[in-house]
Amino acid sequence: MIEAGADSYDKRSEDEIIEYYTSQKGTEMIWSKEETLPREEIERIQLERLQETVSRVYEKVAPYRKKMDEAGVKPEDIRTLADLSKLPFVTKQDMRDNYPFGLFAVGKDELVRIHASSGTTGKPTVVGYTQGDLKTWTECVSRIACMGGATGKDVAQICFGYGMFTGALGLHYGLENIGAAIVPSSTGNSQKQIMYMQDFETSLLVATPSYALRLAEVAKEMGVEPERDLKVRIALVGSELLTDAMREEMHKFWGKDILITSNYGMSELMGPGVSGECLEHCGMHINEDYFIPEIIDPKTGEVLPVGEQGELVITCIKKEGLPLIRYRTKDITRLFYEKCKCGRTFCRMENLSGRSDDMLKIRGVNVFPSQIEEVILSVEELGPHYEIILEREGFLDKLTIRVELAHVTDSFAVLEKITAEVKNKLKIMLGLDAKVLLVSPNTLQRFEGKAKRVKDLRSK
Amino acid sequence: MFAKQLTVFIENRTGRLAEVLGVLRENNVNILSLSLADTTEFGLLRLIVDNAAAGKEKLTEKGFSSLLSDVSIIKIPHKVGSLQELLKIIDKNGVNIEYMYGLSVKCDDAFIVLKASDGKKVDEILTANGVGTITCEELAQI
Repeated sequence: MIEAGADSYDKRSEDEIIEYYTSQKGTEMIWSKEETLPREEIERIQLERLQETVSRVYEKVAPYRKKMDEAGVKPEDIRTLADLSKLPFVTKQDMRDNYPFGLFAVGKDELVRIHASSGTTGKPTVVGYTQGDLKTWTECVSRIACMGGATGKDVAQICFGYGMFTGALGLHYGLENIGAAIVPSSTGNSQKQIMYMQDFETSLLVATPSYALRLAEVAKEMGVEPERDLKVRIALVGSELLTDAMREEMHKFWGKDILITSNYGMSELMGPGVSGECLEHCGMHINEDYFIPEIIDPKTGEVLPVGEQGELVITCIKKEGLPLIRYRTKDITRLFYEKCKCGRTFCRMENLSGRSDDMLKIRGVNVFPSQIEEVILSVEELGPHYEIILEREGFLDKLTIRVELAHVTDSFAVLEKITAEVKNKLKIMLGLDAKVLLVSPNTLQRFEGKAKRVKDLRSK
Repeated sequence: MFAKQLTVFIENRTGRLAEVLGVLRENNVNILSLSLADTTEFGLLRLIVDNAAAGKEKLTEKGFSSLLSDVSIIKIPHKVGSLQELLKIIDKNGVNIEYMYGLSVKCDDAFIVLKASDGKKVDEILTANGVGTITCEELAQI
């Protein structure tokens, strides 16, 4: 039996790791052998861990036991992976209702770390880690870092906000574990960030896509051309959607050769490290020995067939502190199980198309902000910064898009052409009528963390 | 001969134009002529100034994005029909005029700022027809 677990990296000596690096083609390496296990073996590990987790949670987490009892399911009813669908969901609301530690499966004294979500509305959601959980987390992030092209030789500048947010520390420990040199520069003070990049020869950047763009802008303002003067070769981006259009925009600022890979996670599940994109750019591999993914219809809660798009639901099967079962992520994606060219057998989730909470209903049309972004970024004369404003006029929704010009022009004809192009594309591709306001370059708000580009003023 | 025109994109809100003009004033950039084309949402402020490069630099420092572009400043006699005569020459050569605005200077001649779809060709046409053009610096001396 192959022992798949958080401690697998402990067993590897430094020589073995170096051998591993050199044996891989290019820069990509596979961190753990678990990532290439045959499907039957993955499923065997999943079932074993699922059964163990469900029994433990049933015994130790009173609110979840109550849910299971209400649903008439006992731990022994979980005989196959398909039985997972018998279990009740956990939502963000459950976490709030049991604030702060009600859903934890261990006592506070076993915790070694506590993080919390930003909690923009109401109480934050609190997550906790045992020693074992931190090991698991480090293992998972090490894998996704390697998937994304990182190596032990990289100088990794982490431009995520350190603090209660899990993003920065998650990437920090994972990248450190693979041997990269960490520059924990956090967010803010962008000019100093550029100075570090120059002086420390930063080769790997961790940031949200929007902050990565902002940093490139600041560099240019300082007379530093990212492509020419900096050594950043990889951007590991996360915590925000990375659409293809945004990826292209990042290439415009950081150069065509920079490798951009996205990764996915959320604090409730662990933080970053749930899944990551490999160099094949064909979706993000889920660490399936730690997480079981399902796709459900967000309205009915029914599990959808493989390949269909729906809400991602994740079950943590090797968490000690906070083992959430069937957690509704609200993220919309689909799953692919075909073996990837990179050699990994872990299933892939498509890069997110949006969050079910982010979905806007505008005059009856369902649309994700990312779809509007795609339209904006497809117009060459426009920059990557925009704002979506929704208002109500009488009984009608009014959509206004403010978008920055990439460059000033002296031609009215060009401005009219741009406005018309955006309006036409919104109409044809999304069926939306919008007012398009062009604004001067560098005037819209910039974001260091998750960008907030939608202003929905309809309920006020 | 081309002159540098400084263009600023301005969103239509109160005081925005005054802010731009304030930056130029503080830095002693003298405006020789301007044209403001606008819609309800935004305007394009096109300026002929005595030092366009300095104007752009100072505006950038203050967070205004601007553009320097080549335009022709054409000297024509201050009399009825002279502008039409000029346009006839340009039209005959099949060049499209994008925009044009006048420039008032205390002298016997009139000046027209002109931007065409093919600026280089216009410049050749003007030279071939003996029509004079001047730079911003020369203009500032008048």
